[in-house]
Amino acid sequence: MPHPAERRLIFRHIDEPGYTADLPCYLRHGGYEALKKAVARKPEELVDEVKKSGLRGRGGAGFPCGVKWTLVDRRSGKPIYLIVNADESEPGTFKDRHIIHQDPHQLIEGIMIACWANQVKQAYIYIRGEFPKGARILEQAIAEARAQRLVGPGILGTGYSCEIYVHRGAGAYICGEETGLIESLEGKRPYPRIKPPYFPAVLGLYQCPTIVNNVETLCHVRHIAEMGGEAFARIGTPNNTGTRLLCVSGQVQRPGYYEVESGRITMGQLLHDLCGGPRPGRTFKAVIPGGSSSKILRFGERFKIKRKDGTTADWGVEDIPMDFDSLAACGSMGGSGGVIVLDDSADMVAALANLNAFYAHESCGQCTPCREGSLWMKKITARMVHGDARPGDGELLKNVADQIAGRTVCPFGEACAWPTQSFVLKFGEEFKNYAETKKARPADGLELI
Amino acid sequence: MNLKPETLQKIDEVITHYPVKRSAALPLLHLVQEDQGHVSPAAIEWIAGKLELQPINVYELVTFYPMFRQQPAGRRHIKVCRTLSCALAGSHQVCAELERQFDCHTGETSADGAVTIEFVECLASCGSGPVVMIDEELHEQVDVAKARTLAAQLKQPAAGRQP
Ligand SMILES: Cc1cc2nc3c(=O)[nH]c(=O)nc-3n(C[C@H](O)[C@H](O)[C@H](O)COP(=O)(O)O)c2cc1C
Ligand code: SF4
Ligand code: FES
Repeated sequence: MPHPAERRLIFRHIDEPGYTADLPCYLRHGGYEALKKAVARKPEELVDEVKKSGLRGRGGAGFPCGVKWTLVDRRSGKPIYLIVNADESEPGTFKDRHIIHQDPHQLIEGIMIACWANQVKQAYIYIRGEFPKGARILEQAIAEARAQRLVGPGILGTGYSCEIYVHRGAGAYICGEETGLIESLEGKRPYPRIKPPYFPAVLGLYQCPTIVNNVETLCHVRHIAEMGGEAFARIGTPNNTGTRLLCVSGQVQRPGYYEVESGRITMGQLLHDLCGGPRPGRTFKAVIPGGSSSKILRFGERFKIKRKDGTTADWGVEDIPMDFDSLAACGSMGGSGGVIVLDDSADMVAALANLNAFYAHESCGQCTPCREGSLWMKKITARMVHGDARPGDGELLKNVADQIAGRTVCPFGEACAWPTQSFVLKFGEEFKNYAETKKARPADGLELI
Repeated sequence: MNLKPETLQKIDEVITHYPVKRSAALPLLHLVQEDQGHVSPAAIEWIAGKLELQPINVYELVTFYPMFRQQPAGRRHIKVCRTLSCALAGSHQVCAELERQFDCHTGETSADGAVTIEFVECLASCGSGPVVMIDEELHEQVDVAKARTLAAQLKQPAAGRQP
């Protein structure tokens, strides 16, 4: 049962008894009506609705979707491709999986509306390799939709044709980065491309103009087509419109997914009211608010915020509204919506060591600072946890991280530096005195690395 | 190369999905691995020929993407999530228990060929960790006790690889 503080749009039918992933069920619930409405309108009008909606991308960067669509090169004479980013690999994020498994037609309808709006004739869903069932569910759903002329040649009796194919990845996180994804879809190693000149909107898949959008983003497009951009913009808060799927994991009573109006609840409400607060006898220590790459926030720190309109705010972590702008103002980000919670039992060095092992494993290896730096950060934190911590390790870690961010081909460089930079900044004491604090820590048997 | 007729049919179909044949490299690797259990040097040559590529263009994919393997795996493939949210819920203990149960280290296949155990990165189910994937099946909230139950099920004589 959804919590009363939730507002479910995309997850309206998720976990609803009797709601199934097949087409007849989707049609019974008003499915594909939004697509019918959409193809009766001019494509430009739909791009306009999405612009008016203020929708920002849900894959991580929060880039305005309408603006992304306007940047597409429509004069090149080349075909325009749409790629659905279903790589869902950012640790802490598990929303797209549920859309794909439980409501695949919602996604397909969103894709078809986006394709019509941008006159795309070919879309690919790039789904991570570890979702074999999800890939089959999508293929089955596309086949059903095709049989009803909702996908494929001459959709809904119009002269407009558009195919969707499912393309499986094979276990590499960097395939989630849009240009790495494009290389992977071209059958190569997913080495991200340098921007400029390789902006997907101009030189994307097969050097053609390409739109890459996240699964959740495209589901929002479906709702925008249904209710109109202005109505969508009234949900949430200005510049952070619509609902947001938040995935909560880690040391909290009720981890799980929640759909809320952007910016209408705070981190405190999310973690205490929706997620039931800390585990018995525990208090919250820190939270990673937008996927493992976002900078960690420490309970007890204060954020003095100056808003664009000149007003100010003084927040603790609990007071931060859950939206892109507020989390950015606090030095972190909304990212992919993956909220990872750590309580007072957590060993921050070990937690960072765990994340560093992830980044060292996933660096594609193209840029020296990222390839070598991610490995060093892993080695240093692992050494600390395994009994050889030195007082200068915190500074050493910061030093390595500082030399990665801003010096790489793709934003993975920042993604792997931010955890180390923020952990060391906010829990410096724990890093400095690690040898002693580790001895003093009651043994809970929990290993993180 | 002795691929099943269904596999060959799927291969020919999937190549039509792309304007450039090379794009079908990952799908072909998946299909061949599903058919044969792993990707052999002969398979790499065969795929390269099929897509009009050099074998190195296919080989470099096999060595980069973690899901492709050059050696056969066990009859059942166990993947335990290693990353932070699952680790905070005890996935390291779960992985150690499975290693004990099958007398097999992560990254390896048990001596009797029954299982391969891997400690993998985030499986996008962090809210219900620790999670364990056995072949295509995802198991959630797997504590040490549940890991033992799963292991016992896998050890039953009838527990071959599911289709
Ligand atoms: C290292 C890295 C990993 C990423 N992983 C994902 C991912 O798994 N899923 C996703 O949708 N976007 C991911 N992104 C963001 C994409 O590059 C891209 O911005 C996004 O798919 C655009 O869609 P949106 O505008 O709808 O958000 C990742 C970015 C980086 C730098
Ligand atoms: S920053 Fe890292 S992941 Fe990105 S291209 Fe460079 S080496 Fe690859
Ligand atoms: S951390 Fe285990 S599924 Fe994400």
